[in-house]
Amino acid sequence: MTDAPATAAELERFVYDEARLIDEKRFDEWYELFTDDARYWMPLTRGQPDGENHTSLFYEDKLLLKVRIERLKNPRSFSQHQPSWCQHVLQRPVIEEGDAGTGRYRLRTPFVYVESRMDTQLVLAGVVSHRLRRESGALRIELKKVELTNCDAALPSIQLFP
Amino acid sequence: MNRYRDDPEAVRALVHEDCVHRDVYLSPEIFELEMRHLWRNTWIYVGHDSQVPNAGDYYTTELARQPVIMLRDVEGAVRVLMNRCAHKGASLLSAREGHCEGGLLRCPYHGWTYRLDGSIRTIPIKSGYEGTGLAASSAAAGIVPVRNVAIHRGFVFARLSETGPGFHEYFGDALSSIDNMVDRSPLGRLEVAGGTLRYLHDSNWKMFVENLNDTMHPMVSHESAAGTAKKLWAGRPADEPKPMAIEQFLPFVNGYEFFDKMGVRIYDNGHSYTGVRYSIHSAYSAIGDYERLMDQAYGAERAREILGEVRHNTVYYPSLTIKGAIQAIRVARPIAPDRTLLESWTFRLAGAPDSLLQRTLLYTRLINAPTSIVGHDDQHNYHAIQEGLATDGNEWVSLHRNHTGAEAEGLAGDYNGLSEVSMRGQYRAWARFMTLDMPPASARS
Repeated sequence: MTDAPATAAELERFVYDEARLIDEKRFDEWYELFTDDARYWMPLTRGQPDGENHTSLFYEDKLLLKVRIERLKNPRSFSQHQPSWCQHVLQRPVIEEGDAGTGRYRLRTPFVYVESRMDTQLVLAGVVSHRLRRESGALRIELKKVELTNCDAALPSIQLFP
Repeated sequence: MNRYRDDPEAVRALVHEDCVHRDVYLSPEIFELEMRHLWRNTWIYVGHDSQVPNAGDYYTTELARQPVIMLRDVEGAVRVLMNRCAHKGASLLSAREGHCEGGLLRCPYHGWTYRLDGSIRTIPIKSGYEGTGLAASSAAAGIVPVRNVAIHRGFVFARLSETGPGFHEYFGDALSSIDNMVDRSPLGRLEVAGGTLRYLHDSNWKMFVENLNDTMHPMVSHESAAGTAKKLWAGRPADEPKPMAIEQFLPFVNGYEFFDKMGVRIYDNGHSYTGVRYSIHSAYSAIGDYERLMDQAYGAERAREILGEVRHNTVYYPSLTIKGAIQAIRVARPIAPDRTLLESWTFRLAGAPDSLLQRTLLYTRLINAPTSIVGHDDQHNYHAIQEGLATDGNEWVSLHRNHTGAEAEGLAGDYNGLSEVSMRGQYRAWARFMTLDMPPASARS
């Protein structure tokens, strides 16, 4: 591994850009940010140890992410006739772990997420953790873990990606 | 609004053999009457006894919008109590689950305490009640119990009214779906596990319940979700093992013939299940040494019989639907005519490998979660009905598919899977239990 250590600015930029790709619905580009063994995880309870032995809201591998992204392009996705739009509002990411030697980093970012469709608007808040690693010189997501403040609340449809 | 109250004829007139009037979904008055009659005269799902394993453990929920407590008493029996202090009416417990410290329930307002059977243990400064009418009042009886509680293999049901059929009379052989789910445990026992998904729907509770045995919708509603999964998997070699998610998605877009031949079985009182011959869960891959454990527990023949029964959805009208083959249930909690909370609960088969629970959890996340792409399209369609029914010009909802005059004799029996007979059965029960304890119209002043 000859890559230079990631700078704080580069890591922060990555988190901001990742959210922006979702908000601009550039999902194919967003998908490419994930490593082949990645997970996009939104636990159902606080401090949930894993996504296998407990239900989660999301616990998507790349195949399931792909299914979601391709479905959104399908003209028969009836729940998206009048599409949803979303906006992430991020606090500045904090680098929790960084190891230039292995090229692995972990960032913690409090967020507010707004998803709207027609006249209804859903507001969620929480903390997102990114576990990143260098692959072929580029930062990639191994794990994006979205911990909602109200993960155990009765929720309406969440159709995009907090 | 007082169009239907105390008028059983007007309520019955909303239901024909093969169609129903839109007011059953739209009318706020009908919704109130459903909570007062249908949801009190029938057996409603409360919870599972594994949620309260020890004396003093409790779980709080709502039955027909009334807050209740399910707890285990000192003798080990599961009781259901109204969540209301006998004094000023405050709900006694507000956490979803927990343990009654010291074996007592204590009101957070004035400190009245109750034993686990609901009787009053202490009232602070009791001398203040000397010479008053308290002892002869309804408060002295303590917490109001739900008197009609029945437990079938761990599943706790309650009937709120004193009218209505007994538990076994009400469910009859429909209980065989719960039996099959429990029998799938090598130890014959289920444990609630994996958390509760709570999905808010902006539609009437009956949209959901009717949909569970509606086999004409998956290939249409879920084309975008399951069809996309199918397309992404297409072209892989036939012998390449399918990821579990693909295995679970694909059958949703099976053709009409598959769902028709699957069959639907109708019981009295609105209960039914699809998947008499097979179901969308039949082709799942075997898991680890589960089958061997089942053989050991039951003998090979009985084990094959249990695992060969792969039902799709069973409706325990009106509140509960189950998928025995994958140990997942959904509970309808009506909030308003156009608002329903759907809870998804999952179970561990005691004595079975963890991978079975993992399969269950994957399924419930893919299909039942607020984040589910299958759920999104279902929810969209329920809401679309709610919206569309507001239009004038056609006040009736068609339930005609495969209807025949022979149904007038009684519905119980097996039918082709695509038939809308399960919905016709539900409305027959609906009309009956809505009006069971309504005074005749002549009693109206």
